[in-house]
Amino acid sequence: MIWQLDVIFCLFVIICAIAAINVKDLLAAVIILGAYSFFMCILWTEMGAVDVAFTEASVGAGVGTVLFIAAVNKTKRRSKD
Amino acid sequence: MLEYVLSKYNFWTYAILLIIGLYAMVGKKNLVKKLIGMNIFQSAVILFYISIGVKKGGATVPIFLGDAHAAHGHEIIIDAAHYFIPLPHVLMLTAIVVSVATTGVALAVLILIYKRYKTLEMDEIMKIRQDTGA
Repeated sequence: MIWQLDVIFCLFVIICAIAAINVKDLLAAVIILGAYSFFMCILWTEMGAVDVAFTEASVGAGVGTVLFIAAVNKTKRRSKD
Repeated sequence: MLEYVLSKYNFWTYAILLIIGLYAMVGKKNLVKKLIGMNIFQSAVILFYISIGVKKGGATVPIFLGDAHAAHGHEIIIDAAHYFIPLPHVLMLTAIVVSVATTGVALAVLILIYKRYKTLEMDEIMKIRQDTGA
């Protein structure tokens, strides 16, 4: 564990989370959530949880984002807040 | 003291993400935004559990790298201090899969809501429900 790298990725995760809930475009919010998931999975690889990291990369970031995009495609893309 | 507090940056990240997720679930009016907040909340809890398993001071991934066949007949000595704690990892593996299943069901419900009310904003849905009395 390299703590400088860890702190940087923690900051990236927080920035992505704040951006995901503040963007008005829902498709952009979903893509930022995918980026958040990938940063989270880098963080877990750093912490030695390799199995959790690749499950998150495939199931959490991959399938989750696809489901979100499909749902946003079937509904409205604009959000008021 | 300050150094001790700052060295627990994992747990600070966990706390901030928890607050962001909770705010999105309670404060935002769009239903997809609420769902995104729930996702952030779930991965914050997972981050907390993974942080429990981390050991400082030369510990590595819990994979045994010694030659198991060479030690045949002898006792293999494994020092637990050299490895991270794998129990929270295994528990959180299940939690990730469950969280994706929850998201899938929630999105299906969301599409049904959109088909019925033609909007995803919470206040507009409440207004329509009040007007029609349903």
